Amino acid sequence: MIDLQQITKTYQSGENETQALKGVTIHVDEGEFVAIMGPSGSGKSTLMHILGALDKPSTGHYLLDGKDVSTYSEKELAELRKKKLGFVFQSFNLLPRTTAVRNVMLPLLYTNVSESKRTGLAEESLRAVGISEKHWAHMSNQLSGGQIQRVAIARALINSPRLILADEPTGNLDTKTSEMVLSVFQRLNNEGRTIVLITHEPDIANHAKRIISMRDGLIESDTQVKNRRISIEEKQ
Amino acid sequence: MRLKDLLIEALLSITANKTRTFLTVLGIVIGISSVISLISIGQGAQSSVKSQIGTLGSNLLTVSMNFNRNSLNTSEMLTTDDVKAIEKISLVKAVAPQVSTNTQIVYKGAGVNTQIIGTNDNYDDVRNITIDKGSFISSKDVTSYTKVAVVGPTAAENILGENREPLNETIKIDGIGFKIIGVTKTKGQSGMTNQDNMIYIPISTAQRYLTGNDSISSINIGVISENAMNEAKQQVTLALLKTHNIADSSSANFTVSSQTDVVETISSVSETFTLLLAAIAAISLVVGGIGIMNMMLTNVTERTKEIGLRKAIGASSTDIVVQFLTEAILLTSFGGIIGTLLGVLLSYVLTQFFNIATTVSVSSIVLAVGVSAGIGLVFGFYPAKRAARLDPIQSLRYE
Repeated sequence: MIDLQQITKTYQSGENETQALKGVTIHVDEGEFVAIMGPSGSGKSTLMHILGALDKPSTGHYLLDGKDVSTYSEKELAELRKKKLGFVFQSFNLLPRTTAVRNVMLPLLYTNVSESKRTGLAEESLRAVGISEKHWAHMSNQLSGGQIQRVAIARALINSPRLILADEPTGNLDTKTSEMVLSVFQRLNNEGRTIVLITHEPDIANHAKRIISMRDGLIESDTQVKNRRISIEEKQ
Repeated sequence: MRLKDLLIEALLSITANKTRTFLTVLGIVIGISSVISLISIGQGAQSSVKSQIGTLGSNLLTVSMNFNRNSLNTSEMLTTDDVKAIEKISLVKAVAPQVSTNTQIVYKGAGVNTQIIGTNDNYDDVRNITIDKGSFISSKDVTSYTKVAVVGPTAAENILGENREPLNETIKIDGIGFKIIGVTKTKGQSGMTNQDNMIYIPISTAQRYLTGNDSISSINIGVISENAMNEAKQQVTLALLKTHNIADSSSANFTVSSQTDVVETISSVSETFTLLLAAIAAISLVVGGIGIMNMMLTNVTERTKEIGLRKAIGASSTDIVVQFLTEAILLTSFGGIIGTLLGVLLSYVLTQFFNIATTVSVSSIVLAVGVSAGIGLVFGFYPAKRAARLDPIQSLRYE
């Protein structure tokens, strides 16, 4: 599904050139759960942005479902993000003073999905991440950390994306809540969704099926997880 | 994005910070309400001038001599021949020559100076004068040199004193007794003259006893309809050139003028006045617009992260521009509507309590609301464009 071919990315800041990615080649199949690890400055965030069509590679090709998206225009990239990708961020990024349902629905505002269908889809999405009905009408600031991140995952799911990209999704959460969020990812993966997760914690990475380690803009290792950690979803 | 979603999103975000929204909208409210009320004052002045002049009769032509110091002889005056020549014109409905003089009026020993107009029975009709009590001068009064007078209400009060019934009283004009046969209805000030402070007597009597000659000061002409004014004016000019033996109209020693000439001059003055007021108010609108721009820029900075998120979930740059523009236009339109209501209220208060004539026209309301939405568009565009240009990655990292 994802084919990265010799991706490089160079940032220009004044006189200095920084090469964040120095030729990365990765292949991800449908249904995989990949964790990308690495210390800060390893290039994992840059890789994530390129995967998420938020940024374009300097050289190399990025094939998503066989289409070379590295040549896409701004507008085409926005369209791609809307239709095929779902983002989950470390800082959740829910809209303040907005209900859980409305937050989840936000991506649909930019699509042609009819108003009547939207609520249904949002509720379906919220159920899929285990947020019970009594929290749907809550404002985002009335939710707990774990609930907030699961609402954010629900938002990422609403357009039925081909790929879910999670950038340090547990970075702001405690261990227990992290487990809860990871269990949601694992279940979504079991249901057939492709997930790419970025983290610098080996504990978190071990929840994935495959770990790609990066260092200095290059892939250091690419291994299947042997003793995979499974998080059990708690009923709420 | 659908219009409904856009409006909901915009409403949610402008109600997020109510104090800031209120203060920003206040700028627009003040701007729009001052535009509405100041224009209403200008237009009020315009229409009150027009209606005042209308009371004189919009189909009135006046002939007067161009005063010339060097040739003060009777051939240079208006005469009965002129009146007869004008009466023959088919477009003319009625002719009222007049002799004006200013003399002392004495009643029971007390004297007052008032303008006296000697005229005929057509005068009240030609100059839109209505009689309150008694009657106006009749044609018989003119032919038989009767010593009767019709007084204006102010003149009656000045001469006879308040609360005295003027009818059938006798006043002395230049030492000659005149019986009051009528009182005119209050008409008010018109231009320079107060039409209520006049005394009308038969023209024949005025010529014989007051001026001592046959000359006429001016001729009032009632034209059959307002549409015929220009043609009537031409025909009167031609007829008078003939009676005065003048070949060329440019050397005419008389002037034929209509009330519309006066109205045009005055309304062009009051139009300029209205424009000036509108321009002053427009400045406050621009200041309000800058307030909107300032608020929107702060808004964009504060919501950088939200903009990044929206872009990440698939909003295009156009979506972002449209969203912020909608917010700005909603703010200014809202201010425009409140400002209009306030402006109308203000005009009402000015008229009711300060006696200033105002006219609120629909066009000024449409203009004000349109302009306020336009201000949102113009002053919201730069902040919206700035929001759309934000890099999603940078925005998402923004703290």
